[in-house]
Amino acid sequence: MQTHFTLAQLADPETARSNDILRKCVHCGFCTATCPTFVLLGDERDSPRGRIYLIKSMIEDDRAPTAKEVRHVDRCLSCLSCMTTCPSGVNYMHLVDHGRHHIEETFTRTLPDRFMRGVLAYLMPRPAAFRWAMVLGRLAKPLAPLLPATSSDPGGATFLRRLRAMLEAVPDKVPTPSPVDRPQVFPALGVQRKRVALMPGCGQQVLAPEVNEATVRLLTRLDIEVVNVAGSGCCGSSVLHVGRNDQAIELAKRNITAWLREIDGAGLDAIVINASGCGTTVKDYGHMLADDPVWAEKAKQVASLAKDVTEIVAEVGLSGIVPRPLTVAYHSACSMQHGQKLDALPKKLLREAGFMVKDVPEGHLCCGWAGTYQVLQPDLSRRLRDRKVANIESVRPDVIAAGNFGCIGNIASGTGIPIAHTVELLDWATGGPKPAALI
Amino acid sequence: MQMPPLDPAILARRSEIVAALRAIVPGEGVIDDLEGMRPYECDALSAYRQMPLVVVLPETVAQVSTILSYCQDNKVKVVPRGAGTSLSGGSMPVGDAILLGLGKFNRVLEIDYANRCARVQPGVTNLGISKAVEHEGFYYAPDPSSQIACSIGGNVAENSGGVHCLKYGLTTNNLLGIELVLMTGEVVRLGGKHLDSEGYDLLGVMTGSEGLLGVVTEVTVRLLRKPTTARAVLLGFPTEAGAADCVAAVIASGIIPGGMEMMDKEAVKCAEAYVGAGYPLDAEGLLIVELDGPPVEVDYLVERVAEIARGRGATTVRVSNDEQERVLFWAGRKAAFPAVGQITPDYMCLDGSVPRGRLVEVLAEMREMSKKHRLRVVNVFHAGDGNLHPLILFDANDADELHRAEEFGADILRLCVRVGGVLTGEHGVGIEKRDLMGVQFTEIDLDQQMRLKCAFDPDHLLNPGKVFPQLRRCAELGRVVVHHNKMPFPDIPRF
Ligand SMILES: Cc1cc2nc3c(=O)[nH]c(=O)nc-3n(C[C@H](O)[C@H](O)[C@H](O)COP(=O)(O)OP(=O)(O)OC[C@H]3O[C@@H](n4cnc5c(N)ncnc54)[C@H](O)[C@@H]3O)c2cc1C
Ligand code: SF4
Ligand code: SF4
Repeated sequence: MQTHFTLAQLADPETARSNDILRKCVHCGFCTATCPTFVLLGDERDSPRGRIYLIKSMIEDDRAPTAKEVRHVDRCLSCLSCMTTCPSGVNYMHLVDHGRHHIEETFTRTLPDRFMRGVLAYLMPRPAAFRWAMVLGRLAKPLAPLLPATSSDPGGATFLRRLRAMLEAVPDKVPTPSPVDRPQVFPALGVQRKRVALMPGCGQQVLAPEVNEATVRLLTRLDIEVVNVAGSGCCGSSVLHVGRNDQAIELAKRNITAWLREIDGAGLDAIVINASGCGTTVKDYGHMLADDPVWAEKAKQVASLAKDVTEIVAEVGLSGIVPRPLTVAYHSACSMQHGQKLDALPKKLLREAGFMVKDVPEGHLCCGWAGTYQVLQPDLSRRLRDRKVANIESVRPDVIAAGNFGCIGNIASGTGIPIAHTVELLDWATGGPKPAALI
Repeated sequence: MQMPPLDPAILARRSEIVAALRAIVPGEGVIDDLEGMRPYECDALSAYRQMPLVVVLPETVAQVSTILSYCQDNKVKVVPRGAGTSLSGGSMPVGDAILLGLGKFNRVLEIDYANRCARVQPGVTNLGISKAVEHEGFYYAPDPSSQIACSIGGNVAENSGGVHCLKYGLTTNNLLGIELVLMTGEVVRLGGKHLDSEGYDLLGVMTGSEGLLGVVTEVTVRLLRKPTTARAVLLGFPTEAGAADCVAAVIASGIIPGGMEMMDKEAVKCAEAYVGAGYPLDAEGLLIVELDGPPVEVDYLVERVAEIARGRGATTVRVSNDEQERVLFWAGRKAAFPAVGQITPDYMCLDGSVPRGRLVEVLAEMREMSKKHRLRVVNVFHAGDGNLHPLILFDANDADELHRAEEFGADILRLCVRVGGVLTGEHGVGIEKRDLMGVQFTEIDLDQQMRLKCAFDPDHLLNPGKVFPQLRRCAELGRVVVHHNKMPFPDIPRF
């Protein structure tokens, strides 16, 4: 596609990269059809091709976007379904990050919007603060029904509507912190075959501490030594997706420093991530820090070691299987299938572990969770969740599996069918305890 | 690209028109800010762009009808748009016209297995229809490569084809009925669930009318049962001519494959990089041939085709092992155009048809033209139908390249007509081939086509500036339609 950047604009590396991305787009429109927001709204502006155009126009003209333009970019889930569909190899992920960054720098949001985003950007990367917010939210939750349940603006939402979504997302019981989420080493049970760092994550350890527990049990049982490295934490994706690049870069640097220390010390074969949303971001650290001469190489090294937990399990292979005759509907999280192109592998492992695995119709569509999206765009989020749940229920599973805690919580809020992390099911099938959701 | 001059009176009334549309379509459905309209400024032929007067996205047939009658009364032009995947600029906006998007009409209304048909809204994607019935073993046969995204309404408007049309026919052969809103706002139904319509074949008239006669608001299509077996064969040839020759030989032997497609080396490389189907990267010409039917028949035909191919020098013969692999073989072909985007910032996709027997010479001549115009050309096409899709690679940031690409394209289309073919196989005339219509048709032909247009839209309000190289007053053609004492386009013949 034709672009009109000046040479001066192209001197900025971020703009130069976006120009390359834009020039790859041939405007064929294939991506529109698999975009969840286009499927719901049928407006080119809510499609990847339309957003590419909107972002192109604001960065090309180097101007502050209008409120309407921002609205349509804000509706993007960052599910990256468009990247799976695009035959031309357009890197929408990097382009939309640039667009969001540009919006953050040039556009003044309304006060309530800024406040809400500020709160989320503060809480999401900080497990301790996040937990306290959950405890407080728990107390305030009974008030949620008093707040508006829909927005007049489809997609965008008022402060109170968002507050309601926030309260609704608070779990009924906030789990106690797990002992595995402290810096320590978990030795392999047998003869050590690999040594990996487990990314501790942020939201997941507060909302679903059982996932890291199951991961440690499963990996050590497969003779992998697991390290929870001091200083590692949130990957930065939640703040990146609201356009706060600087904050995301700080978080990335913190992780890189911590893991490099471990790599140079006892060594690491991989950095294992069991929340696929984080996995997509860590795997992209190389790009995030590409323009920083001090950090570029280090970031690349760390990114090349990042693996989803299913990748590492597949490398060593499952053993000691006690088959559980259950039908599993596998929900392929967007960050898993589109972000990391891991769709078949988790299903293959679940089959090897003895489960009957079923695909979900419209499996490419997002469940609507998408990090802060469920709070910032509650109506679209809810419509996508309901559609996802209906599709899952149509295959009549005994249990649902997914590789991302956010999707798990979101889908669970809409169905009575039990849902567990893939790792919990694999752990159970190789001798671990039955997942809590199935008890 | 020259378009009809803008009507200053309409431009001056813009805010009044926007307000009228707002009264018909509430919420976000009327887009009048420049930034918001920009994503609508072109279809998949992005070399040609034009901002519309205003974009409107109705949700109901009643809204479409009210909009059109308002436009008829106020002499406001209208460009219908489906998914915006047209490669001929068919849905490119016009500066003094409303762009009427049908993206919100995306529901499947009824599936009637007993009568083997589906009734859907026009914005449903082509693939969406097959997806809705696949669990029962049915599908909708015409499959444009853009099927993942293009709308069935757009398919009707362009009479779209696809890789399986060689055996199963184009849109027109698989369409049973439509609901249509005329420019006056009148809603009419043509055809239905039955075969053949009563009276004149108006359904046939509407199919391929490129949004010039009315707005399609509902479509009933025929469903087919999936063949019991289907297998795709990859045939790699050391020369393009070998592959082209094989196409003619297969058809001449009396075999009608489900599909028979050709890709040249460069296209194979790009498609392979996207899907990893295992295409032979050394072949100068690759054919994908699909054979379907009962297993015994398919086995026999696969053998026959392989034999013919070997006789024409095929160096690779690979048969799909299972359904998954068959789908993969096609996935690369279907994504081939945009996959070429990996190696070029822009391409222009041509669409001419030639008699199959002339394929070899046409391909050779195209290579010569490529040298003359100093632009690369990649070939991906429906070989079985003789429907060529040369992709001319160029850089739109370079004005001279764009100009050369246009010249090159025109040369190719003239060549197609010269060897006894036609300007468009399936992508439509739009604006892209508009000025070449004279190469194919005489004045008399064109006038006759214009009379048909006048019967539906005497004021030339629907999709103006497309298809016809010259506008003729309907009055000139023997029908006096003069509204408010004003002729449309007073300064014709040439705009
Ligand atoms: C990569 C790629 C591959 C393609 N491959 C093929 C192929 O194999 N075969 C093929 O035939 N085409 C192909 N096409 C072309 C294109 O997809 C078809 O022409 C398709 O039918 C256009 O549908 P659309 O919904 O995108 O229509 P649009 O592009 O939106 O519109 C096309 C025309 O139809 C009119 N129109 C749209 N909807 C309506 C309606 N409801 N009522 C009245 N008029 C309407 C418009 O005014 C316009 O003139 C390809 C395109 C691309 C980008
Ligand atoms: S990331 Fe998802 S929501 Fe955003 S444009 Fe792509 S497909 Fe649409
Ligand atoms: S599929 Fe890729 S090339 Fe086509 S419009 Fe979307 S981003 Fe652009």
